[in-house]
Amino acid sequence: MKAFLILEDGTVFSGQHIGADRDIISEIVFNTSMAGYPEVLTDPSYAGQAVCMTYPLIGNYGVCREDMESKRAWPDGFIVRELSRTASNFRKDITIQEFLTGQNIPGISGIDTRALTKILREKGTMNGMITTSENYDLTSILPQLKQYKTGRVVEKVTCSHKYEIKGAANLSQNGPLSGSARFVPEDYAAGKREMRPSLVRNLNGAGKRIALLDFGAKDNIAGSLAQRGCDVTVYPAFTKAEEIIADRPDGIMLSNGPGDPKECTQIIAEIRKLYDTEIPVFAICLGHQLMALATGADTFKMKYGHRGGNHPVKDLETGRVYISSQNHGYVVDTDRMDPAVARPAFVNVNDGTNEGLIYTGKNIFTVQFHPEACPGPQDSGYLFDRFIAMIRKKSLITSGSATVKGEKDA
Amino acid sequence: MPKNPNVKRVMVIGSGPIVIGQAAEFDYAGTQACRSLKEEGVEVILVNSNPATIMTDKNIADKVYIEPLTARVLEQIIEKEKPDSILPTLGGQAGLNLGMELEESGFLASHNVRLLGTSAMTIRKAEDRQAFKDTMEKIGEPCAASTVVESVEEGVAFAGTIGYPVVLRPAYTLGGSGGGIAHNQAELESILENGLRLSRVGQVLVERCIAGWKEIEYEVMRDSAGNCITVCNMENIDPVGVHTGDSIVVAPSQTLGDKEYQMLRSAALNIINELEITGGCNVQFALHPTSFEYCVIEVNPRVSRSSALASKATGYPIAKVAAKIALGYTLDEIRNAITGKTYASFEPTLDYCVVKLPRLPFDKFITAKRTLTTQMKATGEVMSICDNFEGALMKAIRSLEQHVDCLLSYDFSALSSEELKMRLKKVDDQRIYVIAEALRKGMDYDTIHEITMIDHWFIDKIAILVEMEQALVKGPLTVELLKEAKRIEFPDNVIARLTGMTEEEIKKLRYENGIVAAYKMVDTCAAEFEAATPYYYSVYGSENEASVTTPAKKVLVLGSGPIRIGQGIEFDYCSVHATWAFSRAGYETIIVNNNPETVSTDFDIADKLYFEPLTSEDVESIVNLEKPDGAVVQFGGQTAIKLTESLMKMGVPILGTKAEDVDAAEDRELFDRILEQTQIPRAAGGTVYTAQEAKEVANRLGYPVLVRPSYVLGGQGMQIAISDEEIEEFMNIINRIAQDHPILVDKYLQGKEIEVDAVCDGQDILIPGIMEHIERTGVHSGDSISVYPAPTISDTVKEKIAEYTRRLAKALHVKGLINIQFIAIGEEVYVIEVNPRSSRTVPYISKVTGIPIVDLATEVIIGKTIRELGYEPGLQPEADYFAIKMPVFSFEKIRGAEISLGPEMKSTGECLGIARTFNEALYKAFLGAGVDLPRHKQMIITVKDADKGEAVEIGRRFEKLGYTIYATRSTAAALREAGVKARKVNKISQESPTVMDLILGHRIDLVIDTPTQGRDKSRDGFLIRRTAIETGVNCITAMDTARALVTSLENANDEFTLIDVASI
Repeated sequence: MKAFLILEDGTVFSGQHIGADRDIISEIVFNTSMAGYPEVLTDPSYAGQAVCMTYPLIGNYGVCREDMESKRAWPDGFIVRELSRTASNFRKDITIQEFLTGQNIPGISGIDTRALTKILREKGTMNGMITTSENYDLTSILPQLKQYKTGRVVEKVTCSHKYEIKGAANLSQNGPLSGSARFVPEDYAAGKREMRPSLVRNLNGAGKRIALLDFGAKDNIAGSLAQRGCDVTVYPAFTKAEEIIADRPDGIMLSNGPGDPKECTQIIAEIRKLYDTEIPVFAICLGHQLMALATGADTFKMKYGHRGGNHPVKDLETGRVYISSQNHGYVVDTDRMDPAVARPAFVNVNDGTNEGLIYTGKNIFTVQFHPEACPGPQDSGYLFDRFIAMIRKKSLITSGSATVKGEKDA
Repeated sequence: MPKNPNVKRVMVIGSGPIVIGQAAEFDYAGTQACRSLKEEGVEVILVNSNPATIMTDKNIADKVYIEPLTARVLEQIIEKEKPDSILPTLGGQAGLNLGMELEESGFLASHNVRLLGTSAMTIRKAEDRQAFKDTMEKIGEPCAASTVVESVEEGVAFAGTIGYPVVLRPAYTLGGSGGGIAHNQAELESILENGLRLSRVGQVLVERCIAGWKEIEYEVMRDSAGNCITVCNMENIDPVGVHTGDSIVVAPSQTLGDKEYQMLRSAALNIINELEITGGCNVQFALHPTSFEYCVIEVNPRVSRSSALASKATGYPIAKVAAKIALGYTLDEIRNAITGKTYASFEPTLDYCVVKLPRLPFDKFITAKRTLTTQMKATGEVMSICDNFEGALMKAIRSLEQHVDCLLSYDFSALSSEELKMRLKKVDDQRIYVIAEALRKGMDYDTIHEITMIDHWFIDKIAILVEMEQALVKGPLTVELLKEAKRIEFPDNVIARLTGMTEEEIKKLRYENGIVAAYKMVDTCAAEFEAATPYYYSVYGSENEASVTTPAKKVLVLGSGPIRIGQGIEFDYCSVHATWAFSRAGYETIIVNNNPETVSTDFDIADKLYFEPLTSEDVESIVNLEKPDGAVVQFGGQTAIKLTESLMKMGVPILGTKAEDVDAAEDRELFDRILEQTQIPRAAGGTVYTAQEAKEVANRLGYPVLVRPSYVLGGQGMQIAISDEEIEEFMNIINRIAQDHPILVDKYLQGKEIEVDAVCDGQDILIPGIMEHIERTGVHSGDSISVYPAPTISDTVKEKIAEYTRRLAKALHVKGLINIQFIAIGEEVYVIEVNPRSSRTVPYISKVTGIPIVDLATEVIIGKTIRELGYEPGLQPEADYFAIKMPVFSFEKIRGAEISLGPEMKSTGECLGIARTFNEALYKAFLGAGVDLPRHKQMIITVKDADKGEAVEIGRRFEKLGYTIYATRSTAAALREAGVKARKVNKISQESPTVMDLILGHRIDLVIDTPTQGRDKSRDGFLIRRTAIETGVNCITAMDTARALVTSLENANDEFTLIDVASI
């Protein structure tokens, strides 16, 4: 079946329909990761957006449930150059086609995704429609697209109830430490799936209790903490600060999530209360932006955002550059930040935008990128160890000599 | 970290002659690095024995030494030039080994020279098998169970504990020389013995066989601050067991999920961090196909063939960045030259798919085994880019120029399903074609996968191509079907064949429906940022991006495709220089080429680069878009020349010598007429199509005769025949491939072979120098030792040569370059062949005479005259030194290849010896080619009867040098009779000890074996020659070469005169 992608600026791409059979209007964004489409599709931060993959061959290895970063897929639509008709990987559960249909996600394939990317790069992120109707009428659709606004997306993606994830009791629960992970089909069938090697080499978080505020958290945030031995309690986004504080967590983790951070006024107010306690806080992506807003800074929307697994970020304390996984359309405005409150900790090497903050006199540090990876490079996973170290010392994070290697030897 | 201010004079070590496993990629890397160093104001002293390279040009380095790559030579250059640093990680394994040797001997320390880039300790950790294994164990990165052995007994014992099959990898060799998989003790003993000998340190790794696992590579960069990124990962379609250089490789990996991708990426970063590599590095992994289990196969702590491929595949200039890192910069300080916006610390991301295919030399060595193993056999490679895998594979296939254009090009249709199953077990260069046939016969993916271990995803892609073939055969050819066929890059001629239409009809149908190629940009960032470098690939069904254009005149420079025997790096040298010269003259330059190893496909050589197959259809698509004002074909070897006719049909003016004149030189009858007009003698001959005609001509001329196809380079298929039977045999071989042009049969003349390259402006000619071959006619010019200035011919002959050259150039209306080969017999000069184009000797003669003839030829093509360029026409004055070009072979890499020299070219590369005297130049040339004698002072002579007289003279001279001579019966008798001491040794068929035992005993320096006529390889001679080559014994098959060698040994000297070629 034919499908069309109609952009707010009047551009129309025609291709083949994929996935669920329904029309959608959404904000169109692009992601430059070459692998990891199942993780992208299940990242709640994509709620309210339709994702175009710049890598042209998608679906090559199907979808494996253990790669999902949440219970379901979130994007409104999926845009690809080509969907593989064969899915080949030993872990594959279903094909990408089955997954999209099963998750009720419509999409379009066979379009010039590079041309689309260039439009978004030059004109900025814009709204679009994916439709299978050949008789679309631009005069009525374009005003509709211009008016369209997603909103209150955090509400949609956050969990409904508080729940707990137990920390790993020993390292073997993390999978083996090197590439000697053998595949035992019987174990796999029995649901024992964590077969992949782990980068985590010690349980430095054993016994620590972490409160994770779920604004649309990717599973591997809790996973990264649990792998290090932490017990994680996940709270719905709109939980009152008092409730969290009353549970006396050792540390608080603010998750990633979708949408415009300034819309989250209620949450920002609660975060301000958390800021005022002495509990160590580590925040990622939306969490990072919300903490900045809670402490008087501003955020703005970027022209077309950062979405991919190849962005270099520089740790300003050590001068080291790490390749990071990114997914954000908004960024903290450091020009209008009170240096007495926070100072930049990470900066994007390409465009100089802020990638992290350290809060003065507080046990708080926040990053714009995704140390939990999935998809993308695992280079900055050491930040979870830094968070745990901070909890342990409950003092200012000192200039980290922490490196990926150093952390592993620790 | 900013640049280290103490680095002011850097010596860069090149990789030496082109051999299998170490090819043009190091010229690419070295050239890019030298330019990058000079950009930083660093003085560059370059050492490389290979004169065909661009890196040895004076505009690339400040001082250029084309000298043998031995520690002693480097020491003398260091003493003379006093560099403060050396950079050994850009010259392949050869450069790295030399750097290590100088470091280990303490020479660098005592001369205050620092090793730039990766430290010696790191190199040792990565290169020494045991040290590497220990390091990997320490950081928990798994290696396959293995041990390092120094004797065959140890190896056998270890294999007993881990079980067969086992893989053998000798330490410190390139291209996996001497390695292999042993399935039993006998195989183990044979491979291991050979490997121990080839290893620089006498060590071989014996390891668990992981054949069949996925082979995945990561190209990693790390700076001195510890920042690291991966430039690219690549997946070998051929699982572990085939050398990555011989594998079909795709970038990025296609069948790995993010979990596997990141697991291996993290492992690669762990490894280079632990090894503390500074610069570029290649990490190879084996990944179990149904688990997360992986093994580190090896790490190359330097730029490599794979890094050249990764650079071209992503647009990320690895060598350039590695050079900057060596100077002290960190990745976040180095700007990405492609985008101009991002930094070198940004990991490239691709929005297309890249396929690399190896160029294997089995068309040259028809007796060789086609089997692919862990020993690399490819001489070169092609790369293609497309937005889908099928298209990239199709483009790569037709880029090979091996008479293949689709998966039907090798016909296996006669095989039954059972036979196909058997055939699939054979791992060779035809495997994908066999898979295609198996799919046509309905074999299921699982069966194919179980036999080949090739991933289902790739099998499915081949199936998609097969389904398209079938759809085209079935018809009807709708516009939709045609669109889809073009999307997956079926060329028009294949569609025509399958549909029964003509190519013209297909093209017309395409044009009528707007089905034309569009071009997309390689920009390192998947369009996330605007890129400044026009580096393009074609796709169908997408929007065109190649639109930027200037008002300048546009010239299309056609490259020379993959490196192969007969058409090597020399033609890339010519293409690049022509491009630069056009650029200086104000032209907008456009290069079309498909070879990822070369300088011409670097992103900043031409104004625009099209990474495309060099077929007329692919070139026409570019022409339609760019509408160039002209095209030059005379610099890109036969690949470009072959496109002349099509270019003219497209209406593109051929700049320089006209197509009809090129034809006149190749067409026997036209050329004979020209020779008649110009009164130049040549050997009598005729043109034929059939064996019958050939025999008639041969008998009319009288044997011996020379048989060869026209329009080929490197004398492919050329043979000297002495009988009707041989004519039959050779004609059969030539006609295995349908010939568009007649076959030439000439009377064979024996004399001195002379070669000339000249520039002609239509009126005057300029001959930089005359080259004389040491081997008499009958040995291909590319395989002959070539001497400039010609040492043994008279002034009369020289004048005749200059005059004939002038007459021929004028008669052929040459504008640009012309290459002519002559035979001198006494004072008579005959012409053998004329090529109105650049040749293999152009870089060599340019460098040793200091006359940049490609630049001059380009200026002439644009319209200047030789006089206007400041040169006096005619033969230029001779230099006061000798420059000798020595061919270098890669016979040891190709099992079963006949090594004896003849009219068909077999060498893969060349090196230069340059000195004040002929003898020293000759010694240096042999040394540069790796003939480092004497060692044991024992040799074997076994020659055919006609050579016995010369054998006596040569034997006597070796005897004087203290050599003990062994000889087979009749040769020994001849030597003794003439008073030369010779020990008689038994023939192979006789009782032990035989000549074979002697060679295997490792006490022999040299074998002189001249083959008796005929190509029956079961003969003793063939066995002797192969055994010698495979056990590392120098083997000479022409008496002239033997005489040159003994002359060189008589003049052996440890102190060299060093000549800075940049000052010539």
